[in-house]
Order: sequence, then structure tokens, then C-alpha cells
Amino acid sequence: MLKITGLQKTFNPGTINAKTALRGLDLTLNDGDFVTVIGGNGAGKSTLLNAIAGVWKPDYGKIEIDGVDVTKMPEHKRARFLGRVFQDPMKGTAPDMEIAENLCIAARRGVGRRLRWGFRPNERQQYRELLSTLELGLESRLSAKVGLLSGGQRQAITLLMATLRRPKLLLLDEHTAALDPKTAAKVLEITDKLVSENNLTTLMITHNMHDAIAYGNRLIMMHEGKILIDVSGEEKKNLTIPDLLGLFEKASGSEFANDKVILSK
Amino acid sequence: MVFFNALPGAVAEGLIWGLMAIGVYISYKILDIADLTVDGSICTGGCVCAILITRGVPVYLSVIIAFLAGALAGIVTGLLHTALGIPSILAGILTQLMLYSVNLAIMGGRSIASFVGGNYSLMLSMRDNISAMLVAGGIIAAAIICLWLFFYTEVGLTLKSTGDNPDMSRAQGINVKLNKVIGLAISNGIVALAGALYAQYKGSANINDGRGAIVVGLAAIFIGLSVSLKIKPNFVVSLIGVVGGGVIYYIIYNFVILLGLNTSYLKMLSAIIVVIFLAVPYIKGEYFKKQKPIPETGGDADA
Repeated sequence: MLKITGLQKTFNPGTINAKTALRGLDLTLNDGDFVTVIGGNGAGKSTLLNAIAGVWKPDYGKIEIDGVDVTKMPEHKRARFLGRVFQDPMKGTAPDMEIAENLCIAARRGVGRRLRWGFRPNERQQYRELLSTLELGLESRLSAKVGLLSGGQRQAITLLMATLRRPKLLLLDEHTAALDPKTAAKVLEITDKLVSENNLTTLMITHNMHDAIAYGNRLIMMHEGKILIDVSGEEKKNLTIPDLLGLFEKASGSEFANDKVILSK
Repeated sequence: MVFFNALPGAVAEGLIWGLMAIGVYISYKILDIADLTVDGSICTGGCVCAILITRGVPVYLSVIIAFLAGALAGIVTGLLHTALGIPSILAGILTQLMLYSVNLAIMGGRSIASFVGGNYSLMLSMRDNISAMLVAGGIIAAAIICLWLFFYTEVGLTLKSTGDNPDMSRAQGINVKLNKVIGLAISNGIVALAGALYAQYKGSANINDGRGAIVVGLAAIFIGLSVSLKIKPNFVVSLIGVVGGGVIYYIIYNFVILLGLNTSYLKMLSAIIVVIFLAVPYIKGEYFKKQKPIPETGGDADA
């Protein structure tokens, strides 16, 4: 499904601020994999997701999605393969547009837009039904501006938008980190439901070790721009947080450092 | 009494500038770009229209070609910005400067192209303000209907989201760069259309027409939206408000002239109106902000 080989990226090369975020990273995802990604500060987690999404081009390496080499494909073109939810709840939706209009735009990702009426006749009704599955009471607010909603509501809508057209790969970049614990749990629950119902191949960055272990069938831990630990199947099911920290210390020879992770342990 | 005699003229002229403000609305409010091309493209519209009409081209065809010329100017700005990476505000300034030369070239090196002395059939003229009001009003109505239809198409919706949230737009597979070029083309096309009407209304096109047009457009937008957003914040009402803003602006303008203000201070007046409308919300937020009560922790029950 996703095949990454030798991915390298240095920001601000040749300057005093040069920062190598990815150092020859290899990763292969199988169809239907739900992978949680954890790692310390500056481990390259978001850089990896941005590389896959095409926010910038990598220095070296190759990214293939479903057999298509997308390494040089511009961001808006590879969007047809991808569903994305950002850490910032403000980033995934257009605030000055209606809920229905946001969904309408997402429903046409990768299809090509033409000069025809924006909504099909029964489209609003479909969105109403879809929104009711979120159980946030949004189904009655189809023509409300998204900017009026809370961060959690916006993140839930972004999730719907990311999965409205089934993506080959769903990219979740710490999408619950900016939410309060209760809302985060709700959004995570919706995430799990959407992923399992649609059998989506998913990469989910999280800073919460508990969530990383509880969700998905595979867990990878990144460190200094590489994948340090990769566990799946039974091993992943039986994993505990102390196990994970032990694995990390053994593999990296250092102590795990991520302020957010440590605070949320 | 003098003021009421001047009113039809003020309204007619205000409507033409209101049409231009609709163009500015598309770049400034929808695309979120302060596009300074308009100072040049409004003049381009007037020059193209005036030269074509005086060469015997039918007036309606001339106006359409003026629209296309403005759209082309918008495309140039759009490409400077998206394909060559020049910041949008500078891209607009550069195109505006280019257009000064282009406009002179269009008018054959002269600074004025006049309809005076010829017997041309024009769409509107200041000699008959009532019919000028009707013609301008009709064109504005047609423009608003076209834009309303367009912005509810699939492509139109992506244009709105491009200005509203470019990150989200790219993630949803929208070509943000292309959309900016399309938006700037439509915007400047409408501005040039207004320029074409303005030249006919005044009876001539002048190379200095349009200096500070962006400021007049912004003033019309701020005045109009301050009213229309209170009524109903939707697209059509906003556009009608913007046109109304243009009319109110020209009524104020004429009133101030009647008070005896030296006309050379009028550009200062335009700028001050815009400064006030931009500054008041900022000052309110920055210096007079009431502290909000501490929100309850634990998140919304419905979040």
C-alpha cells in the first residue's frame, strides 16, 4: 500500500539552523494496517507525514502509494490518495463556509471539479445522515459556518472529510493533541470507528503511549529520523508502557524524551 | 437643493464604482489577497473600451473586450504570484506599473481618449443620469447573478475555500495556485468592466483614471459590509451591500464637495475612510477588550 525507501530530509541545509529530520527512513505498510506512531521531540514523526502528503519534496528517497510513485507529485494531486487530519483543529476545515459546503468539497477530492452545481439533489440529506453518526448534534446545523464550532467538532468534521471518499491512506498528525481529554477521547473513538468500518490503511501519530498501544494493529517508534521499533500482531497486543520504554532504551541507548508523552503517561 | 440635484449623478457614479468594488471583493474578501492590480486594470478597461468605440467597434463588443483585457491583467498578477513566487501585494504593484505603459500604448501614446465630438452610441452617459443608473444597475444585477451561480458550482466552492483555508484546500486536492489565477482574472475582469462603463459615463478615458481605485473599492466594501452583514451574512446580500457601499461613498463624496472642500483633498478623504474602517475593529479588540470569564475546564458537553 505504502512503500517508503531511503527517505531523507534536511531543513535549512548549509546553514547554522540545518536540521536533519529524516535519515534514510524505510517503511512499508500493508493494506489495512492501522499503525500508531510515537517518538520523542524532533524524532521526525510529523516530517514523515508531511513527506507522504507532499508538503515539500524529500532530498532523497522514494514514496510509493499503491504502486504509484508520488515522490514528485504536487500536494494537491496526491490528495486523491490521502485523507489528512492535522494537529491544529483550525487547519482541516474552511471556517467561513458551511458544514455542508466543507463536506461537499471533500466529497469531490480526486474526482475533478467542474462548472456544475455544487450540490447533487440528495447530497445534503446524505450529509445529514453522515453527521448524525458522529452523535454531536451537527446534523441539524448543516448550513452553519464551521468557524462557529468547537475544536472537537471541527476535528470530527475533518475526520469525516478525510474519509468521505475512501482514501488509500489516512494520515492523522496528533489530531487529538489540541483537544481537552474528554473531547480527545470522543474524537479518537470516532477515528477508530471510521477506520475499522472502512478498513482504512492508517498512520496515526500520537503522544499518548496508552493510545498508541490501545489502537491499531502495529506500532512504530521513531527516533532521530529513523524507525527504531516496529511491533505488530500478538507482540503489539501484549505490549505495556514499561515494555515500550524498555525497548526504546535498549534500542537507542538513551532515555525516552518527550515532554508531552512523559506528562501523559 | 443643490445636493439633491447632484444626487442622481452621485448614485450613477456610485453604482459604477460599486461594480468595481464587487471585483475588489472577490480578491480581497474571497481570495484573501490585497490586489493592487485594480488601479491599473480599471484604467485598462476604460482605455480599451474608448479606443475600440472610437474606432467603430460596436459598444457591447468593446465592453466585452475590455472585460477580457482586465482578466488578462489579473492572470499576469496571478502568474507573477503563483508561478514566480512573488508576494501577492508586490505582484499587484508590478502589474499595475506595467499597465501604465500598456494603457499609454493602447491609447497611442496620448493620455486621453475622448468621445467628445463624435456621434457614438454609448451604453450610458452623465448627460442622462437616470438611464445611466438603470444601465449600471442592470449590469450589476447580471454580474451578481452570474457570480452567485458561479460560486455555488463545484469550481466556485473551491475558489471560496482557497481563500478561506489554503491548507485544507490542498489537502482536499484543490489546485490553490490555479484557483488564485482564476479568481484574480474574474476580479480584474469585473474591475475593467467598471472602467469601461466609467469611461463612457464621463465621455473619456484618462491615463490617470483609477489612481487609488483599490482604496475606493475597499471603502465601498467596508461601508457596505458594515450594514449588510448585520442584515444577513450571505453572498448575494454581501455583494448588494458592497454596491450600496459604493453608492453611499459617492453620496458622501459629493456632499463633501458641496461643503466646499478642495477636490484635491478627496483622495485623502478616501484613505481616511479606509483607515477608520480598518482601525476601529482593531482598536476595539486591542485596547477596549473586555476580559472574558474564565472558561470552565473539561470541554464542551457537545464537543
